[in-house]
Amino acid sequence: MGGEILDTILSVPFWVAVLRIATPLILGTLGVLLCERAGVLNLGIEGIMVAGAFSGWLAVFHGASLWTGVLVAAVVGALFGLLHAFLTVWLALSQHVSGLGVTLFATSLSYFSYRVAFPKVTTPPVIHPFQPPPWLSGIPVLGEQTALTLLALAAVPTLMYVLYRTPTGLAIRMVGESPHAVEGQGLSVHGLRTGAIVAGSALMGVAGAFLTLSAFDAFFFTMINGRGWICVALVVFASWRPGKALLGALLFAAFDALQLRLQQSSGGVLPYQVYLMLPYALSILALVVMARRAAYPQALMKPYRKGER
Amino acid sequence: MLALAPFAAVLFTLIASAPLIAAAGAPVLRAYAGLFAGAFGGVLAITETLTRATPLMLTGLAAAVAFRAHFYNIGAEGQLYLGAIAAVLVGGMHGGTGFALPSLVLFPAMLLAGALAGALLLLGPALLKTRFGVDEVVTTLLTNFLALLLVSLLLDGPMKDPLSMGWPQSVALNPDLELTKLVDRYRLHTGFLLALALAALVWFIDARTALGFEMHAVGANARAARFAGMPVGWITVKTALLSGALAGLAGVFEVAGRTSYVTLDMSPGYGYSGIVIAMLAQLNPLGVVVAAIFVAGVLVGADGMSRALAVPNYIADVIVALSLLSMLVATMFARYRIRWRG
Repeated sequence: MGGEILDTILSVPFWVAVLRIATPLILGTLGVLLCERAGVLNLGIEGIMVAGAFSGWLAVFHGASLWTGVLVAAVVGALFGLLHAFLTVWLALSQHVSGLGVTLFATSLSYFSYRVAFPKVTTPPVIHPFQPPPWLSGIPVLGEQTALTLLALAAVPTLMYVLYRTPTGLAIRMVGESPHAVEGQGLSVHGLRTGAIVAGSALMGVAGAFLTLSAFDAFFFTMINGRGWICVALVVFASWRPGKALLGALLFAAFDALQLRLQQSSGGVLPYQVYLMLPYALSILALVVMARRAAYPQALMKPYRKGER
Repeated sequence: MLALAPFAAVLFTLIASAPLIAAAGAPVLRAYAGLFAGAFGGVLAITETLTRATPLMLTGLAAAVAFRAHFYNIGAEGQLYLGAIAAVLVGGMHGGTGFALPSLVLFPAMLLAGALAGALLLLGPALLKTRFGVDEVVTTLLTNFLALLLVSLLLDGPMKDPLSMGWPQSVALNPDLELTKLVDRYRLHTGFLLALALAALVWFIDARTALGFEMHAVGANARAARFAGMPVGWITVKTALLSGALAGLAGVFEVAGRTSYVTLDMSPGYGYSGIVIAMLAQLNPLGVVVAAIFVAGVLVGADGMSRALAVPNYIADVIVALSLLSMLVATMFARYRIRWRG
């Protein structure tokens, strides 16, 4: 058993799968991280990923290029982010409830639109998804990934650079810690938070689109299946740091890939549901382990009203 | 003004959903008329709506009590399923007969088991919050998936219906334990009345007991409550147990009143709709009754309307989600007063 696990972990196909599973988690986790660094919880992620998966796929199905599909998913994600920002930043409403509302709205709107567009399909229509680019072939694990995975991997240092090396990044981190200080600098708290939520939600939209444009070639109901919530947990695990977010997503994906393999190889030893429970149980465990050390952004979930102490 | 907020929110929702109905190629007014007729036009429609409102009232109450204390229980869906499976565990026809006990004993035991199952599922996240400071939103969301997988596991194994021919379905509930029908030949059952009684009970707890006061205090300002000497952690745990028990009972009533079996599709998201209902009711337990009947009406009415006019019945979920969002905005504006300055 132990040797078998070791063999699995050392094999190339295993790591190919890990990167593929990790891609939407990386993008989604970075999206949540950006929102939370600016002080706003975004539970809209689950629904935004559904909307991104659906809208990106629909654009490509109607003849748009794959990259246009990605762009459509990002814009749709950004629009739902704008709605969340309007409710939580400008109207200072409960971030929990607003986020759930955005998730319910984005999910139901996507399902409704799918049924309007395809009233009577029994097998889901398909598109030609992203293929591994030829200039990558020959590189071991990376050579079998699509451009969107590379985009996700590139997004990590990009976000690190923006957050830690630019004035905008400093302002975003500051607005999540001490909005009064931001106000004192003459910057707009509402503007910065809105920007962060919109950009973060665009990332969530792309995270969803990866599933329909790269991992699979069709849109299914329930295809997001809690991935968004797992991203929210991963951000806590990562202590709100992009580098650790990448690590967390890879670690999580490795466990997920491992349970899939074990499920196939040790078939019948344990019911398959036990393996499927592992990712969710693992997320809860990660939250417990990290919660004590968690350095929450100080202003997280605290709406800012001008002139209020 | 605050009392008008739900009506303003629903009105806005109906206006905002109109373009979607038009996009599906249906005449908007006829669609809404069909929706209303499907929900309340005739005995069948009304009994169906009230049948659907029964689990929604309980998940709505579960959300209302928890949110009152600012304990965000998003796990009612999982608690409902565990309540349902616990009901069958106690009152199911295991081995063809089930437990050889009089139904006078089994019935309360079944209710208790369901309530306990829901409460225990929520106890985990509650303790993680009070002991380790883990945010309950994510943990309760994740327990939904765990609970559903656990139920799926039980339906494949020990709780499997031997007569189901491979369909994932639990053994049947003992027919003696089923809730009686309220109206002959319709599905409405006494669970509806029990849910009404529970709403009254929760209202009493909320408005007239020390626990209710403590829940309000913790929700309004946990630091001040702690300063006043209230055991905030213990109050949170008590709130969670009450909330989980209510959601668990939703599962019991569904099994005992409607399905007789546990299946993996017995709840089309009642747990999540409960949150919308609690918000529409502004967390008032009696308001939950009205809000649950409204949401049930939308769900039932949309089913009938979608068959007649070819509008996908997901429109119901859109309307429910939009009414939550517009309710949030409406309550916020209702707290302000517009004054004309001459």
